[in-house]
Amino acid sequence: MTDPFQYAPAPESRSIVDIAPSYGLFVDGEFVDGTGESFKTVNPATEEVLSEVASGTAEDVDRAVRAARRAYARVWGPMRPADRGKYLFRIARLLQERAREFAVLESLDNGKPIRESRDVDVPLAAAHFFYHAGWADKLDWAGLGPGPRPLGVAGQVIPWNFPLLMLAWKVAPALATGNTVVLKPAETTPLSALLFAEVCRQADLPPGVVNIVTGAGDTGRAVVEHPDVDKVAFTGSTEVGRSIARAVAGTAKKLTLELGGKAANIVFDDAPIDQAVEGIVQGIFFNQGHVCCAGSRLLVQENVHDEVIASLQRRIGRLRVGDPLDKNTDIGAINSAEQLARIRELTDIGEAEGAQRWQPACELPERGFWFPPTVFTDVSPAHRIARDEVFGPVLSVLTFRTPDEAVAKANNTTYGLSAGIWTEKGSRILKIADQLRAGVVWANTFNKFDPTSPFGGYKQSGYGREGGRHGLTAYLQGADRP
Amino acid sequence: MTSVLDPGALSAQAPPRPEPLAPFADVTRSDAAVRAFLHGLPGVDQVGAEARVAVLGSRSIKTTAKAWAIDTAISMVDLTTLEGADTPGKVRSLAAKARRPDPGDPTTPPVAAVCVYGDLASVAKQALEGTAIKVAAVATAFPSGRASRAVKLADVRDAVAGGADEIDMVIDRGAFLAGRHLDVYDEIVAVKEACGDAHLKVILETGELVTLDAVRRASWLAMLAGGDFIKTSTGKVSPAATLPVCLVMMEAVRDFRAVTGRQVGVKPAGGIRTTKDAVKHLVLVNEVAGPDWLSPDWFRFGASSLLNDLLLQRQKLRTGHYSGPDHVTID
Repeated sequence: MTDPFQYAPAPESRSIVDIAPSYGLFVDGEFVDGTGESFKTVNPATEEVLSEVASGTAEDVDRAVRAARRAYARVWGPMRPADRGKYLFRIARLLQERAREFAVLESLDNGKPIRESRDVDVPLAAAHFFYHAGWADKLDWAGLGPGPRPLGVAGQVIPWNFPLLMLAWKVAPALATGNTVVLKPAETTPLSALLFAEVCRQADLPPGVVNIVTGAGDTGRAVVEHPDVDKVAFTGSTEVGRSIARAVAGTAKKLTLELGGKAANIVFDDAPIDQAVEGIVQGIFFNQGHVCCAGSRLLVQENVHDEVIASLQRRIGRLRVGDPLDKNTDIGAINSAEQLARIRELTDIGEAEGAQRWQPACELPERGFWFPPTVFTDVSPAHRIARDEVFGPVLSVLTFRTPDEAVAKANNTTYGLSAGIWTEKGSRILKIADQLRAGVVWANTFNKFDPTSPFGGYKQSGYGREGGRHGLTAYLQGADRP
Repeated sequence: MTSVLDPGALSAQAPPRPEPLAPFADVTRSDAAVRAFLHGLPGVDQVGAEARVAVLGSRSIKTTAKAWAIDTAISMVDLTTLEGADTPGKVRSLAAKARRPDPGDPTTPPVAAVCVYGDLASVAKQALEGTAIKVAAVATAFPSGRASRAVKLADVRDAVAGGADEIDMVIDRGAFLAGRHLDVYDEIVAVKEACGDAHLKVILETGELVTLDAVRRASWLAMLAGGDFIKTSTGKVSPAATLPVCLVMMEAVRDFRAVTGRQVGVKPAGGIRTTKDAVKHLVLVNEVAGPDWLSPDWFRFGASSLLNDLLLQRQKLRTGHYSGPDHVTID
């Protein structure tokens, strides 16, 4: 039977964004040409080239750091904290005013569905600025000890999965605490950061307070290794995180790392099954699974395994994969050819190791980078798809029989960023959450974020916290941990 | 037509209880068994249910999809008048509207049914003769359901004798909330029997059940007892139909069919006034239970003012501009 109710295409118009054919670097309040080669950024849904972007060299980074240092010493550091707050409030309001523009641009450059960029990424980014704007003049009373002081210049390197949101997570707390920043957006998703630079100008932010240097790994290394950077903040892969930790070791730089994850989403037999299935879907297919805290390991109690999997497959069969700009799209494009290759490699290994692959019948566009939502059953904790971060729409299903076994399996990972618990029994939620070695534990929900709530990992998922009062300490000296 | 209460009905022996469908043959053995069964159903997390309908509500239904949805919604309307002031004239006027909802556009589909109080079923039946439009009558001491079982059954028989094709009964919410599930079950079974060939819609009055857990349990109870449809509300209690309630009921009919093979319909009633609301419900039906429910045989809207908004939106799609309330007929 064909579906009688076919949703007609409902594309969000891209006319609201004005993408320049090429972009320079944003240094000292101006857009300037870089000294390096430029590179192309593409729309992963169509492989269309969106723009050419400058690749920052060590020399460019040095210029940006010097601008940031000047701004810190002369303007931003000495500024009355309440005035710093005003700038942040202004940026937050501008993000809201230009929300649709940011959402469309983010979906174009990243491949994520417009529903998510519109309803999650952009509103949360604005919320982070609002939240931290409020802290700017209250730091002395934040319970972080007497008179916490800014660190100076922060070098920040962010990933491609939530380009604007990760920028907000980094820039908002740094600015609120009186630091200035040099930020390097990801190579495949530089455009929303460059639009943010325009917002900084629109907000009359003093030159040099925010500097944006685009580029690839070498540019990031130059930011991290620059001797005049006081603080390094990185979100991305554990592999790169490790090399950053090595580079920073022995220096006076403060470091926070937010790295990979292999989160367990634990479903007990007394869970609200329909909502748990929704949470599993939200946990692993949100943002095509390009989420460091994605619930990529489903741990389901054996006595409800068949019921949950049947429900899950039916639900996945109704996910709408396709044009990220269509307002009815649930799953968009994989961010890059490189990432797609990694997902393919790991899923092929999963099959070769004996796990059962299931994918719904779904038509994928011919051009662009696409991968269908995928579920692996019969996964053993020894399989690589149960251990390695896939960073794609791939769920591995494992089972358990008792709560102790669930905890043991959930903790049996080198990561420890997030976890989920599904049960109607409140006491069980509290008990299990205490035993999980993960920075964030969600109960009867998943992938919910809020600026008031600290976020960060255990073990190889990194250290330090972002958001909440905890997140402020990463950018202050003399601050006690709350 | 008026029927006299059967004087023997009050003392008559209750008929033996028919067993529910195979996998659930033993769940109505005793109050304890039915309670264990209903409380063994998976719980509903209200926050999660609300989040799910919020996402479904953000679906963008435009152009051809919207045109299809509007016509489908019109064909699913149970055009309703349930006022103390109802008269045969009012019912005839409603029936005329049901046949041709938009006199200016004969391509507009007719509605599914006209829903009236039992004593006016025969008037509606006569006025709808020669059409496929069904006559639905509310019965069982609607809307409160506070009467003895004999009175309720007499009410049902009276409406059926008057020509009702569908009976909309109310469950005994007092008994349900007090945990007397088997009483509720037996009553639905008895009403179903009294219906004869008429289809039975079981009104849960979810506004009085309050929690989504209770909605799921009541839905299963009504389906086990043989209800052909489960319906949210009488329209006399607020809140009436809401999207989270409809979500839970769609999940219930979907799961029930998966286990028993029997398909049960759903009717949200009361509070659905705009095309936007109706389209959100259709999206929910489509994505939660599936397209098998997207027909008037399996999904209805109990509404009075919804139809006119659907007609205005339909005219807007055809002509490109909005007309006013005088371009659709009042009932």
